Amino acid sequence: MHQSFLQYRGKRYLWWALSLCFVAVLAYAWHQPVSPPNGGTWLGYTLGTIGALLILWLTALGVRKRSYQSAVGTVQGWVSAHVYLGLALIVVATLHTGFQFGWNVHTLAYVLMMTVIVSGLFGVVMYLRFPERLSANRSSQTREQMLQEIADLDQRALRIAANLPAEFAEAIASNRDRTRIGGTVLDILRGRDRSQVSLAGDDGVLQVVPNPAQEHMLEWLGRQLSRSTDAERTRRIDELVNLMASRRSLLRRVIEDARIAGWLQVWLYVHVPITFALLGSLIAHVVSVFLYW
Amino acid sequence: MNNTNKVQIAIVGAGPGGLSAAARAAELGVSHVLFEQSPAHANTIQKYQKGKHVMAEPNVLPLRSPLRFEAGTREAILDEWARGLDKHAVNIRYGSEVTSISGSRPDFTLKLKSGEEYHAETVIFAIGMQGNPRRLGIPGEDLPCVQNTLDDPGEYSGEVIVVVGAGDAAIENAVALAKQNTVFILNRSAEFARVKEGNLNLILKSVEEGKLGCYYNAACVSLTAMPGADRPYTLVINTDNGEAVVPCNRVIARIGAIPPRKFVESCGIRFPSPDPAALPVLNERYESAVPGLYVIGALAGYPLIKQAMNQGYEVVEYALGREVEPADEPLLAKKFANLPFRKSVSETLALMQQRIPLFTEVNSLVFRELLLGSAVHVPAKGEAIFRKNDYTNSFYTIVEGTVEIELGAEGGPSRRIPLGAGQFFGEMSLLSGRRRSGTVYAGANCVLIESPRRDILKLMNSADSVRKVIDQLFIARAIQTGFAPGVPFDQLNSIAARAELKRYRKGETLFAEGDEADRLILIRSGSVSVSRRIGEHDVVISYVAAGNYVGEMGLLGKTRRNATVRATVPTEAVSLDATAFEELLVRNPALRAELETTMQKRFASNARMRGSDESGDLISFLIKQGLGEATDLLLIDETLCVGCDNCETACAETHGGTSRLDRAAGPTFANVHVPTSCRHCEDPHCMRECPPDAIRRAPNGEVYIQDNCIGCGNCERNCPYGVIHMAYAPAPKPGLASWLLFGAGSGPGDAHAGAHHGHAAHGAADGKPKAPKKAVKCDMCKDQSGGPACVRACPTGAALRVSPEAFVEFISESAVGR
Repeated sequence: MHQSFLQYRGKRYLWWALSLCFVAVLAYAWHQPVSPPNGGTWLGYTLGTIGALLILWLTALGVRKRSYQSAVGTVQGWVSAHVYLGLALIVVATLHTGFQFGWNVHTLAYVLMMTVIVSGLFGVVMYLRFPERLSANRSSQTREQMLQEIADLDQRALRIAANLPAEFAEAIASNRDRTRIGGTVLDILRGRDRSQVSLAGDDGVLQVVPNPAQEHMLEWLGRQLSRSTDAERTRRIDELVNLMASRRSLLRRVIEDARIAGWLQVWLYVHVPITFALLGSLIAHVVSVFLYW
Repeated sequence: MNNTNKVQIAIVGAGPGGLSAAARAAELGVSHVLFEQSPAHANTIQKYQKGKHVMAEPNVLPLRSPLRFEAGTREAILDEWARGLDKHAVNIRYGSEVTSISGSRPDFTLKLKSGEEYHAETVIFAIGMQGNPRRLGIPGEDLPCVQNTLDDPGEYSGEVIVVVGAGDAAIENAVALAKQNTVFILNRSAEFARVKEGNLNLILKSVEEGKLGCYYNAACVSLTAMPGADRPYTLVINTDNGEAVVPCNRVIARIGAIPPRKFVESCGIRFPSPDPAALPVLNERYESAVPGLYVIGALAGYPLIKQAMNQGYEVVEYALGREVEPADEPLLAKKFANLPFRKSVSETLALMQQRIPLFTEVNSLVFRELLLGSAVHVPAKGEAIFRKNDYTNSFYTIVEGTVEIELGAEGGPSRRIPLGAGQFFGEMSLLSGRRRSGTVYAGANCVLIESPRRDILKLMNSADSVRKVIDQLFIARAIQTGFAPGVPFDQLNSIAARAELKRYRKGETLFAEGDEADRLILIRSGSVSVSRRIGEHDVVISYVAAGNYVGEMGLLGKTRRNATVRATVPTEAVSLDATAFEELLVRNPALRAELETTMQKRFASNARMRGSDESGDLISFLIKQGLGEATDLLLIDETLCVGCDNCETACAETHGGTSRLDRAAGPTFANVHVPTSCRHCEDPHCMRECPPDAIRRAPNGEVYIQDNCIGCGNCERNCPYGVIHMAYAPAPKPGLASWLLFGAGSGPGDAHAGAHHGHAAHGAADGKPKAPKKAVKCDMCKDQSGGPACVRACPTGAALRVSPEAFVEFISESAVGR
């Protein structure tokens, strides 16, 4: 009833793709041209035409995906075919080259095409690998809800800190204000926590220190806790420790959420622009072949 | 006695009906007086919120009144009527509360609160159903800071306001006022019972978030003016923690109204039953048991403005002893035009009432009203009236000819049961709100009346005889369908008469594991979950929807229950005593064998439904998410979802820019995510209390909102799953080329300008939105070819829609399949 895009309709398009590869390899093996195999033989032209049409059709997924009214198959079906036929392109295009590579616009088109295919393959791996983790990490909360919960925790912590010496409120407020999630693409993909906090040292001097995973914040609170002699004060600090510990796990989940979402998306930033570069070089390749060969 | 105090017609109540009657009397030059206890005409409409759009339903009904009336704002309508009153020089007495009416034609005596006395030949009663607002009953209740109504919550800001009451009106007022004021709500009891679920959530959330203060178990003690103080008044209240003093600017008392029934009865008007919904006994000229005393409008059972105005006109004619053709006459004549016989409208109505025993005892006015909302069909022989599994829920009565009901499992053998003139069908879907359980074919020379569900339900509430007959037949037919197809109907009827109808709250137990199994239970509406105790835990093993049975083993032998059955939503169930059934078994020895076979099959199918513990947990989870009442649930397989939100984008793109689903929101269990999206409930919460009746259900189950939505927000509050929201219509999108080349508007897949719900973005430059917000919800893409866009647009196959028929399959696949 429901299945992944790779399993779609009993892997129908996998069989299509395999058949295409099989026929291409068979023809290539059977074909004995006068010159060494290349794009200029009748088989070379045939494979080239098939490959170019495939590339155009593969690109059309972007259009189909955005044609929300369209009833031409389902997007899932298109994706399934896109993946399998895109992989088949490796065989078709490579045979089309006849293994003749060089420093020219033709090989450029080939390299770009392979980059697109490899990035797509990477995307498939991401799609298989990450969704379950994404869901488990979210545990029924959206990212906005997690951020809201962090904000609520900060509010509660500030209320508690209001009954403690001023440096507590300052610490909690700076912890809130200096929380840094995200950053560069690399930061997101690595799940870096660039948060800082400004804490009062034993001498009362404020110092800004890095605070990944609320480490210093918790350490500082722990130090205050160990020094507290007043029962009520101890109870309040303890509450703050609990809140900050919850904050730590929430923050971790937000960062992890962004990290996974990042991996699920980042390949598209290679896949799509290079597709357009590929289209350009493909036109150059075809035009130059017909005009100058 | 003063001569000016004697009139031909006295009219009580200046609502639409009373105004229209007085205007007609004035037009005819008949001496009359119109008493209105409030200081202005049409008090109920005066109390509507500022600028409220008033509708002129039913649209097909022509207006017959000296006053004009068409759909428009409250202000426009009130002004128009005021002009009409002036033009006809209507003798209206404001601030005149009638305290008693005695006598009969031609000499009635009306006593006013002021002590004045009037004499009239006839009296027209048009006081509506609102009654008089209850008062606080404390010292200071007359101070100007006390009000019973709230026109425009935006009028007040920076005040301290106490709202007294715990009903829907109190909650709505309090929450609206809390935006700009400090508000306390005073609840006499410990919780908010008997309010709409939406309002309950609203108030609890607001209190929890600290947006307003709430006193439970609290009563007002006194109210005093405090000139010169920070807040001009002080309200003293009694709470669990002793007396509290609340300085305030305003007290809004929303503690309900005293229903007018007692007063009405004191005038000699009779009601058929003590049921508060019962309507007074009237003849077809609106005349009550007291000669010369007429009742019209909401009190007579006609809540719509136009109806009341037409009656105001007609009743004056009747009071003067003249005949008048009712305004709906041409409409009925048109409905009857197809009939194979030629008779006048009233003759046809009388014939129908006489032929259909169900309606014989119904008041002829009520029957006329029913017919006005109904359709008359003359189907060709063999034509299907409706088909099995259709989602329609109207009710049919047979005037002439026959029909055949085809029952039976899909693909299996079917039986045809003939029905003749005077009988009815369609009661299963009517009562359960579920799909049709069989197909009905027209016989020869068939004439049918098709009545809408809500009209019949209204009739069942007001006419006991109708309710009894329909209820009993429902049970008898359900037994026949499920257990005893060969048994003649009259034998089943005696069993049905002994069946007991019970209502269960959500979560209530119908029977528990280990109880003696001595009865069969038929779920009439709602649904139940079946669970068993395994170790320490209650494990849900299946769920049963309306129209099915639970505890069928109770009919055959003395055993104990092996499972616990609980209502998952408010449920009505019919319980059949085993002893009643035994008689039937004794009379029909063959039936026992047949019954055993039926049950054997049922046990086998039950066993299939029972999966592992895991699937039980998944069922429990999904029941919490509304599976118990869903007909189509959007689920997301989280092992496949990459979070691209193409489903939401597709929804927005195919529905004018506002997505009706929120993918990320909503709970997840065992990798099954239930996004915030319409469940298309069996008995949709949202369809209740829709003033323009804009929420409809298509025959294949989709619940959708028509364009005549007035944006009142009732459905949004009533939906327990939070899937309806109010949104502005977005700006239209430019074509692809003009977007790409000239940068016009928003592009494909982008959010529409002004589509953000909750913000007055569209046309908000002058601070006022141009068009009201309207409710939007999933319509299952009923206008799209190829089915729901969300599912079609999912690139990985994670989004899927599941119907109840497929739940079991889906659950076993999800829990065991991976």
